Amino acid sequence: MLDLPLFGSKIPAGFPSPADDHLEATIDLNQQYVRHPAATFFVRVQCHSMINAGIHNGDMLVVDRSLEAKSGSIVIAVVNGELTVKRLIKNLEGVWLMPENPDFQPLQIRDSMELHVWGVIAHVIHSLQP
Amino acid sequence: MFAIADCNNFYASCERVFQPHLNGKPVVVLSNNDGCVIARSNEAKTLGIKMGAPYFKIEKYAKQEGVAVFSSNYALYGDMSQRVMHVLSRYAPNVEVYSIDECFLDFSGMPYNLTDYCLDICTIVKQCTGIPISIGIAPTKTLAKLANRLAKKGCSPSGPVLDWRTLPSAETVLESVPLDDLWGISRRWSEKLNTIGIHNALALRDSNPKEMRQHFGVVMERIVMELRGISCIPLEEMPPAKKQILTSRSFGEKLTVFDDLRSAVTHFAARAAEKLRRQNLATQALTVFIQTSPFDSSRPQYSNSATTEFDIPTNDSAQLINSAHHGLQRIFRKGFSYQRAGVLLPDLLPASVVQATLFDSANNLDRSEQLMAALDTINRRHGKKSIRYASEIISNKWHMRQQFKSPSYTTNWRELLTIQI
Repeated sequence: MLDLPLFGSKIPAGFPSPADDHLEATIDLNQQYVRHPAATFFVRVQCHSMINAGIHNGDMLVVDRSLEAKSGSIVIAVVNGELTVKRLIKNLEGVWLMPENPDFQPLQIRDSMELHVWGVIAHVIHSLQP
Repeated sequence: MFAIADCNNFYASCERVFQPHLNGKPVVVLSNNDGCVIARSNEAKTLGIKMGAPYFKIEKYAKQEGVAVFSSNYALYGDMSQRVMHVLSRYAPNVEVYSIDECFLDFSGMPYNLTDYCLDICTIVKQCTGIPISIGIAPTKTLAKLANRLAKKGCSPSGPVLDWRTLPSAETVLESVPLDDLWGISRRWSEKLNTIGIHNALALRDSNPKEMRQHFGVVMERIVMELRGISCIPLEEMPPAKKQILTSRSFGEKLTVFDDLRSAVTHFAARAAEKLRRQNLATQALTVFIQTSPFDSSRPQYSNSATTEFDIPTNDSAQLINSAHHGLQRIFRKGFSYQRAGVLLPDLLPASVVQATLFDSANNLDRSEQLMAALDTINRRHGKKSIRYASEIISNKWHMRQQFKSPSYTTNWRELLTIQI
């Protein structure tokens, strides 16, 4: 037994919307916050050491590896194989990884340590929902 | 001028991006079901761990030597591959993605010092993706592959990049290259070449191309010409359209019960349908197959397949699953230990050419399309297994053994890299 339809297509009715001529593409967050998709990684933070820079425990970081790490950039750094999020400071006295929380100590990078920048943090996503 | 960019120890490198403490340490990646070694870091190669070594044979040695062992994580490798290819495609007018970790670049007419240019590309790919690559440059694809191989072996003064034209003596190099190391030369061919007195790449280059063509066919003639620096193998920019889709797998443990197999086959059909829709294709038929282990001669063997043809080409999950179930019912026999099953879609068409027949309502087609679109969107947004057909989850006995799989850092919100200090 087959169900045969009476009409195969829908017939549009009514006036066209006056807004039709003004339609634009909807806002896409990727456009604004993921400038370099191939180099962008999302990373979750589980620490309090950067709280004064607006990075809270549980926040998500948008890391853009194509950005150059300058003195003052907040970066994900690899120190002796371990990942950490800190502010990178380079000056005449040396290279430092600075926390943004008085309970944590700055870390000076000495010659015996291995440091490389994993990526520069471009944005922080902080959710207000539980 | 061609170049080939090749990711160094790609799978191991992907794992290291997210676990940087593994840099400088031996890493291996295992095949499906944690069967055997399919990728090794240089340190693991130095330890003497062989490609294809069964895991149970090296397990003890690997533990003792502190080797980091991973199950293969294709979600991660696929995503990282796309990133690398995306960055590479910015540096040449035309590229051909040759495999998950290799890409040919067309440098014809580029006036630069290509060694410096490619060193920059290596640096940028490493910075953006974390993946180290090597690049071979040459007038032909065959020589570019060879240059890449030499660069990987540390034979280039420019580190990860080698431009074939900068070699002081191409002859000396070619003479030291065994035939097996050449692109497109199989072991069988190299043995046959040996019997006619050709033992290395130089001898092959200087052989008579017409004679080679008579003995081996046009492919060998092209290789000879390419070794002479005359390009015969062009860049293939458009991958040939997929003619068929196969989803199939060996099971972690052998299956004997119908429901377990049914669950596996449901999964294969559902994945095949997803692949179809992603490529805007529809299939005209579905083949389901099951087989016992061909290597286990102590037990009775059986294999069979069943094919269903569709009145209208389809990419509807429900329809594909349904026909996979019917097929399985027809071929399943009790009393066998099944080691493998799969679903093959043998004959594909662009979905756009699919026409409704007189007796199938356009509404039904519409409804199926909308349902499938919703299914794909949800699974894309919330992870692959958010919505599944019930018959898929009745059993999980058929799942792969993946004891050491790393998180899907880049493709699943719940598995992101986590920073704790």
